[in-house]
Amino acid sequence: MLTYLIRRLFAAAVMLVVIMVVVFSIFFLVPKWVGVDIATSFVGKQADPAAVEAVRTKLGLGEPIYVQVWEFFKGIFAGRTYAAGGDVTHCSAPCFGYSFRSEQAIWPVLTDRFPVTLGLALGAALLWLVFGVAAGVLSALKRGTLWDRGAMVVALGGVSLPIYFTGLLSLAIFSYGLGWIDGQYVPLEESFSGWLGGMILPWVTLAFLYAAMYARITRATMLEILGEDYIRTARAKGLREQVVIGKHAMRSTMTPILTMLGMDLGALIGGAILTETTFSLPGLGQAVLNAIKTQDLPIILGVTLITSLAVLLANLVVDVLYAVIDPRVRLA
Amino acid sequence: MTTQRTSGRRKQAMAAAAVVAALLTTAACGGGGNGDGDGGSKDGAAGFDAANNKVAQADLAKKGGTLKFAGAQDADSWDTTRGYYGFMWNFSRYYARQLVTNKAEPGKAGAELAPDLATGLAEVSDDGKTYKYTLRDDVTWEDGKPITSKDVKYGIERVWAQDVLAGGPVYLKDVLDPKGEYQGPYKDKSKDKLGLKAIETPDDKTIIFKLPKANSDFEEMLALVSASPVRQDKDTKSKYGLHPFSSGPYKFESYEPGKSLKLVRNENWKQSSDPIRKAYPDAITVNFFSNANDMDQRLINGDYHLDINQTGMSPQGRTTALKEHKANLDNPVSGYIRYAVFPQSVKPFDNEHCRKAVIYGADHVSLQTARGGPIAGGDIGTNMLPPSVPGSEGQKYDPFELATANKSGNVAKAKEELKACGQPNGFKTTIAVRNNKPVEVATAESLQASLKKVGINAEIEQYDGSQTSGIIGSPSNVEKKKFGIIIMGWGPDFPTVQGFGLPLWDSSYILESGNNNYALIKDKTIDGLFDDYVNTLDDAEKTKIATEINHKVMEGGYYLPFVFEKFINWRSSDLANVYTSDGYSGMYDFVNLGLKSSK
Amino acid sequence: MTELSKTGAAVGEPTTAAAPTAFLEVRDLKVHFPTDDGLVKSVDGLSFQLEKGKTLGIVGESGSGKSVTSLGIMGLHTAGQYGKRKAQISGEIWLNGTELLSAPADQVRRMRGREMAMIFQDPLSALHPYYTIGQQIVEAYRIHHDVDKKTAKRRAVEMLDRVGIPQPDKRVDSYPHEFSGGMRQRAMIAMSLVNNPELLIADEPTTALDVTVQAQILDLIRDLQKEFGSAVIVITHDLGVVAELADDLLVMYGGRCVERGPAEKVFYEPRHPYTWGLLGSMPRLDREQQERLVPVKGSPPSLINLPSGCAFNPRCPYADIPKDDVTRTVRPELTEVGSRHWAACHMSQEQRERIWTEEIAPKL
Repeated sequence: MLTYLIRRLFAAAVMLVVIMVVVFSIFFLVPKWVGVDIATSFVGKQADPAAVEAVRTKLGLGEPIYVQVWEFFKGIFAGRTYAAGGDVTHCSAPCFGYSFRSEQAIWPVLTDRFPVTLGLALGAALLWLVFGVAAGVLSALKRGTLWDRGAMVVALGGVSLPIYFTGLLSLAIFSYGLGWIDGQYVPLEESFSGWLGGMILPWVTLAFLYAAMYARITRATMLEILGEDYIRTARAKGLREQVVIGKHAMRSTMTPILTMLGMDLGALIGGAILTETTFSLPGLGQAVLNAIKTQDLPIILGVTLITSLAVLLANLVVDVLYAVIDPRVRLA
Repeated sequence: MTTQRTSGRRKQAMAAAAVVAALLTTAACGGGGNGDGDGGSKDGAAGFDAANNKVAQADLAKKGGTLKFAGAQDADSWDTTRGYYGFMWNFSRYYARQLVTNKAEPGKAGAELAPDLATGLAEVSDDGKTYKYTLRDDVTWEDGKPITSKDVKYGIERVWAQDVLAGGPVYLKDVLDPKGEYQGPYKDKSKDKLGLKAIETPDDKTIIFKLPKANSDFEEMLALVSASPVRQDKDTKSKYGLHPFSSGPYKFESYEPGKSLKLVRNENWKQSSDPIRKAYPDAITVNFFSNANDMDQRLINGDYHLDINQTGMSPQGRTTALKEHKANLDNPVSGYIRYAVFPQSVKPFDNEHCRKAVIYGADHVSLQTARGGPIAGGDIGTNMLPPSVPGSEGQKYDPFELATANKSGNVAKAKEELKACGQPNGFKTTIAVRNNKPVEVATAESLQASLKKVGINAEIEQYDGSQTSGIIGSPSNVEKKKFGIIIMGWGPDFPTVQGFGLPLWDSSYILESGNNNYALIKDKTIDGLFDDYVNTLDDAEKTKIATEINHKVMEGGYYLPFVFEKFINWRSSDLANVYTSDGYSGMYDFVNLGLKSSK
Repeated sequence: MTELSKTGAAVGEPTTAAAPTAFLEVRDLKVHFPTDDGLVKSVDGLSFQLEKGKTLGIVGESGSGKSVTSLGIMGLHTAGQYGKRKAQISGEIWLNGTELLSAPADQVRRMRGREMAMIFQDPLSALHPYYTIGQQIVEAYRIHHDVDKKTAKRRAVEMLDRVGIPQPDKRVDSYPHEFSGGMRQRAMIAMSLVNNPELLIADEPTTALDVTVQAQILDLIRDLQKEFGSAVIVITHDLGVVAELADDLLVMYGGRCVERGPAEKVFYEPRHPYTWGLLGSMPRLDREQQERLVPVKGSPPSLINLPSGCAFNPRCPYADIPKDDVTRTVRPELTEVGSRHWAACHMSQEQRERIWTEEIAPKL
């Protein structure tokens, strides 16, 4: 198990480097192919050619990509020193560089925005797990009934409706219309109730989308599991139906759900871009969207790294959990 | 990706947004409407256009309270040297003072200059090359130390450090050091880092500017935020924008880029030293939203007082506000002209008749509608000088009769021009438009439709809006891509013909990249008029030259103006002493806003 | 073939009297499943009796209704049937004086595992893959016994030991996939017997196992039956399996009983052509190769649309012997053909005796 973990971690590290190289390449090569000079977008209305050149040097845009990737990773572990036009700054590890636009250090931006995104993802996940799985189980048990069909139609709606639609709708109804919920983000450390008030709509909106998917998966898996021989065995023992469903069938049903949860959480931690934009939540997704709009490479890189790390970690956790749930995996 | 056409997914998104818009409008109708038309209303709203070019509810302003801004976009930088966004210049008056600044008065008067740190306007030498100022007593930094002439000089010197502090206007550098001899304060070998020869500081109270060549707008340039003082020991160089050191009535308490900004009173600022700033509120906050519709709803709900970006409400918010809260709106002219421009490097636009064929063929009412109509879009643009700039004649100067006889397009006249151009059957061309401005895309589509009627087949190419200066700012790229028509907009940096038109029309401003003279105008007459302008000190004469430059540009047929842009801006009922200023392109003058209650 | 038990189980003519005398009595059991294609009559009027200490073998092809019968007795058609499509069950099942079909569901549940237990065909799929053998036996025990986990686990180890699993104190913590097929079935048996049930139903208990293990498992079931004195129903498609085990045999075809009686009678004096077919297809070690293994021709009938008359008639080589085409028009009822021996066939006793002794028996 330990060697397996080490192997997986090593593979993850290699994967991260590859992802970073790809991001660098997209950022630098694509504008080159289409004949655009990134540096010009960093100077004012009257671009002084010398200023453009200076910006290019300062941002290190002239360096070959492998040098930039090397510098980037060196910065994370050892810190790095920036020098441009008499402005010398040392950025200590973990150094993710400085924003091209606002000049703020990236690491504090990431650590500041990460909790927002994490809170959004975890809160929504809790909601969608509870409601999605419950609806899926009920649907499976009441298969073919009006409840089942109704729930699956709602689920289809949830899967198909985009966040910016359900999000704006929920804001229009509960925040602007009825005024029950303020709907603006308040940091947790400032006020718990304010935080809840700001997060509840994003949670519900995001959870609605995912709960729909989870309900469908749960229903399908549950129906399959209920046909298994060992469920019949459990009943033949004289177990109460609640135990048969809640223990024997649920444990098996949880396996694919956990896999999905791992992947979804990993992806969401990288930033629920649409949700964060719709509700103006200052999370990683909002940061990366702004960064893409303004070509702020260091922020894109930082968030990408966190996202990749989160997805890879989620993969790892899912694998370990799998082994915990399914003893057959432990042998492999 | 640099170019993209409207995809199916995007259309879906737009359709969804439209449905939501409808729902939002309905939901908002539930709230108690106070659409009292143009008059004042029960909750204290001053009335429609009550603050447009005049002061609304000046006597209701009380000291204290927190003035709350909302915004969809953060400033490019809060560093006085680096900021270029109009709202940043406006907002920076809270924490940055200059020798001279715009008058704190509504409308046209707001574009005039008044002394700020200086005791009076400049003492200008007869040849127009020497400007002398004396600093007021009691002007202090946020730590209580006096602001000296050396701080002003150092602040101006920072403009030379474009390698570290890129982004801001560089007029001062171009005028004071046209040959580019000075290397900027960070590479300055002298001990006090005050090596710029063109500025002298004989003592802490006196500052003298010596221009190699006269420029009649020089004092306008000193009113720019990039002429603010910066204290050397507080200069954090590239990081300065994260926490500028205050010389004004408020100082930075906290700033998280893209999230929020909070200013609090600078206790060391003395009201007696400042003839401009009233400093009503105790604190000023700015919250940034990533969803403009959400932001507008919160403005309407009263969670915030006004939009810091001042670029007009979103279409949804505007609809609701016009219907329910008209008394909270102002409809100022923004100072921007929205237009199409024809690069002469792309055939057949090297021929002025082909350019004029497009000008005549376009349906100007339809273009105005695409911009948002007469209220939210603006009046039909008839020439290229914004109404806020001295020398402008507004719609009275209409050489192509765009707002009158030809307002729906003149097919016959367009065909005539095509014949004169040698393209009687029309031609093919490409319209380049930014993909991040839906309204500009709409105008491109409108133009495409009306040009089809005269036989000009235009294809629309949407390019990455964040790459504007790299794509259409590169003449070689424009020529390669055959962008015959470019859709753009422009506003004045300072309200003169030089502050608006020099980079657009002067041949010496044609650049390899970051070019703004998209039409590639190389007209000796126009260049000569600009030379005359900078050498003329008499205001009346300057105004005359401005008018003449505008006429020359229009006669060349380089531009098809769409609108003299107007905005619909939200004004909270709690705001007092509100007025728009031509000095800030029709925005509310932020610095003297007050609240009606200090809670 | 070893000698068959002489004392047959009480297989009596179905009675309509309410008071049952037998330990297990099934009366006119019908289990029908509504489907989109029509009503599947899996079991359509089945009756039999079984005493404690006796073994009944139910034999038939797949789809003949034998497994449905066993699940019916266990009450597993009603438990766990969700949605709109529920099985329709009628008739009576008397176990130890209780009528199961009309008893409250919870009472039947409490009897499951305790008074009646079941062994399934494929022990790998019938055991939960995520729980250890011990956990599953402990659970089975604790449903019906209010004891702590420790006690229950001691009981589980004891049972594993009893069914012949080596090192039971270690193996109790193993997972099903860590066991061999035979060991798994032993564990399954241990789990079924952990509550000393009075009725044990073994549904194809050896089908998934290889031949050598089959014999061991069958021996085990027989030994345990002696030890615990339970009534046992062994369900199989293979007459060989029940040959050594069963006191009585019941042959099912198309959801109905076609022949039943003491095992010895059914083996040596079968009176139904389908039974002859089954005997013909039974591998036997004491005969020459060339003459045996004559499978029953054709395929099992559709349970939605049974052939009219005798359900077996399309596959019966003797269908034309009875006059007036009765085999295709009239369904034959069970008639007594010997002492406690019934068969349902239109042919006369004499015809069948003759065919058996002259045509069938010599070839077996």
